[in-house]
Amino acid sequence: MKYLDEYRDAGIARALATRIKGRVTRPWTLMEICGGQTHTIMRYGLPELLPPEIELVHGPGCPVCVTPLEIVDRAIEIASRPGVIFVSYGDMLRVPGSRTVKAGGGDIRIAYSPVEAVKIARENPGRAVVFFGIGFETTAPANAMAVWQASREGLTNFSMLISHVLVPPAMRLILGSPVNRVQGFIAPGHVCAVMGYQEYEALSAEFRVPIVVGGFEPVDLLESIAMLVDQLEDGRAGLENQYSRSVTRTGSATARKLMDEVFEVSDRQWRGIGPIAGSGYKLREAYAAFDAERVFGAGEIHVEEPAECIAALVMQGLKKPVDCPAFGTRCTPEKPLGASMVSSEGACAAYYAYRRHGVPA
Amino acid sequence: MIEFVCPAPIATKDTVLLGHGSGGKLSAELLRDIFLPALANPVLSRLEDQAGVEIGGVRLAFTTDSFVVKPLFFRGGDIGSLAVHGTINDLAMGGARPLALSAAFILEEGFSLEALRRIANSMGQAAARAGVSIVTGDTKVVERGSGDGVYINTSGIGVVAEGVDLSAANARPGDAVILSGAIGDHGAAILTQREGLELDGAIESDSASLHGLVETVLGVSRGVRAMRDPTRGGLASTLNEIAGQSRVGIEIREPAIPVHDGVRGACEVLGLDPLYVANEGKMVAIVPAETARAIVSAMRDHPLGTEAAVIGTVTDRHPGLVTMRTAFGTTRVVDMLAGDQLPRIC
Repeated sequence: MKYLDEYRDAGIARALATRIKGRVTRPWTLMEICGGQTHTIMRYGLPELLPPEIELVHGPGCPVCVTPLEIVDRAIEIASRPGVIFVSYGDMLRVPGSRTVKAGGGDIRIAYSPVEAVKIARENPGRAVVFFGIGFETTAPANAMAVWQASREGLTNFSMLISHVLVPPAMRLILGSPVNRVQGFIAPGHVCAVMGYQEYEALSAEFRVPIVVGGFEPVDLLESIAMLVDQLEDGRAGLENQYSRSVTRTGSATARKLMDEVFEVSDRQWRGIGPIAGSGYKLREAYAAFDAERVFGAGEIHVEEPAECIAALVMQGLKKPVDCPAFGTRCTPEKPLGASMVSSEGACAAYYAYRRHGVPA
Repeated sequence: MIEFVCPAPIATKDTVLLGHGSGGKLSAELLRDIFLPALANPVLSRLEDQAGVEIGGVRLAFTTDSFVVKPLFFRGGDIGSLAVHGTINDLAMGGARPLALSAAFILEEGFSLEALRRIANSMGQAAARAGVSIVTGDTKVVERGSGDGVYINTSGIGVVAEGVDLSAANARPGDAVILSGAIGDHGAAILTQREGLELDGAIESDSASLHGLVETVLGVSRGVRAMRDPTRGGLASTLNEIAGQSRVGIEIREPAIPVHDGVRGACEVLGLDPLYVANEGKMVAIVPAETARAIVSAMRDHPLGTEAAVIGTVTDRHPGLVTMRTAFGTTRVVDMLAGDQLPRIC
């Protein structure tokens, strides 16, 4: 496969590993932000290629993992109402809420795009259609498009339950923590394809931390690590773009215009981490009629997380999935304690799927 | 109490999910929780692809399989030839020479007789090529909307060769793992056609009867431990079953596993891993290491085994787990398929 094989080439990977080994003189802790990057790292076993000085910790970029349990319960509550068609990305449906869920009743459907949910609303004028709009800056343009379309068509039976989060405020939280261990970041390539990387230049300058915008193939990630190590060993701290085949400094103007039309920045809860100021999106007042929390009322739901789950510490780079006493025993993809074990972008799921041969049973 | 239906595989399962037919974890749960408690006996409980029954000193292999593939006609075959090959292969993997097949049809009211004629002819040709007769059958018709054109069940009997004792529970540390050829052709052919993907170089199903290749293998050595055809759930699921039943670890080497370029491309587009994509004309053999080279060499002389290779070894490390040495020289777990990757693939 042209344009892909070169990013999975074992020879290039080994050369990059050699370059990294040749540069490293002391320990460095690096974090990849995106869960897709985490899965590539684990699937290809990249830590085995790296010198022992390089420790990779895994960031909060798993949208399903950071969606608060309160929102999951709210989704279950709305989905269970008579007449509602509840539409979600498939991943989210695997996350157990805090309530007992049993088969029977309810109409829940999986979609690959929120625009499919708008189509369902158009075809079912007598039903209330609700889309579960979660994710980072990557899913925001499509979700904005769905709301914008529904508004333009004057649909009155479509709404969105929104839990949108943003990457830079989460990085700011990690960097500002007194216990932070992360010395360099691989920024999420797909988020930057939408947003550009100007916000990351500002973060890099403010915290004097090297940031490399990275892709998702193994060679992308090894090259990103090599670029971070070069900066750290040189004593530099700047923004560099490894994923230049997809990412420009300013991103997609069309996508951002649409997002800006429909969304405004708001405070958001992050599962296990808590509230982060200015860390998400909500619908602008002009689109309030499409806000499922307004349509269905915003009653308070209080829930308690399974105390044993350390996913929030994992996502801040403070622990590894295998540090969890429940990993692979009381917490498996079949019986998860937290979302990180079931999401296709979760760090715990990546360790379980690819690396559990290294964990004593 | 809030109640609703979740179509994705979640912990609470009160109804049948598509994933229960995937040949993966959910299928295994169905066996464990429903069928085995109700039907268990020493023959069934071995959980082989075929039952071994001894009658008058002759060891018979007996098996059955139903076919619900969609679309009915695909590049490299159709539901008819697939129904013949599938059951012959289940017999062959037990080391049996197939003798006779049955064929049962569930037809939907309104289904084209011309299509049915094509399917029947294709079955006849596949059986004739394999040297096997279809000796009994049955037809039922369900009302429009209660089926999807045609479903076919075939059963088969065969005679197990003297001195052959094949079982997925027989793998031992040190054994070699042999694969007869490139993986993923059947699943990728079905999926690209179903999704309407137009790719350069159409992918053909590998659907074929494997008993000739099995005879070749057993002609070299009767000491073969286990044979399996990696159908639903692909190579990864088959190796996990063997590792689980034999309580051994299996280590495979990624660069040794052939995957055709078209299949790799299709899997990339569809977000699939070829290790989990179905085959209908490939086999895995677990053999004592000292016989591996001779067996691979004989397989390569057979038209269905030209790409045969040793792809790994059986180990006493990590019993029950399959691991893979990647092209990067790193190691990762190759898990059993959890949900339903590709419904109605066979």
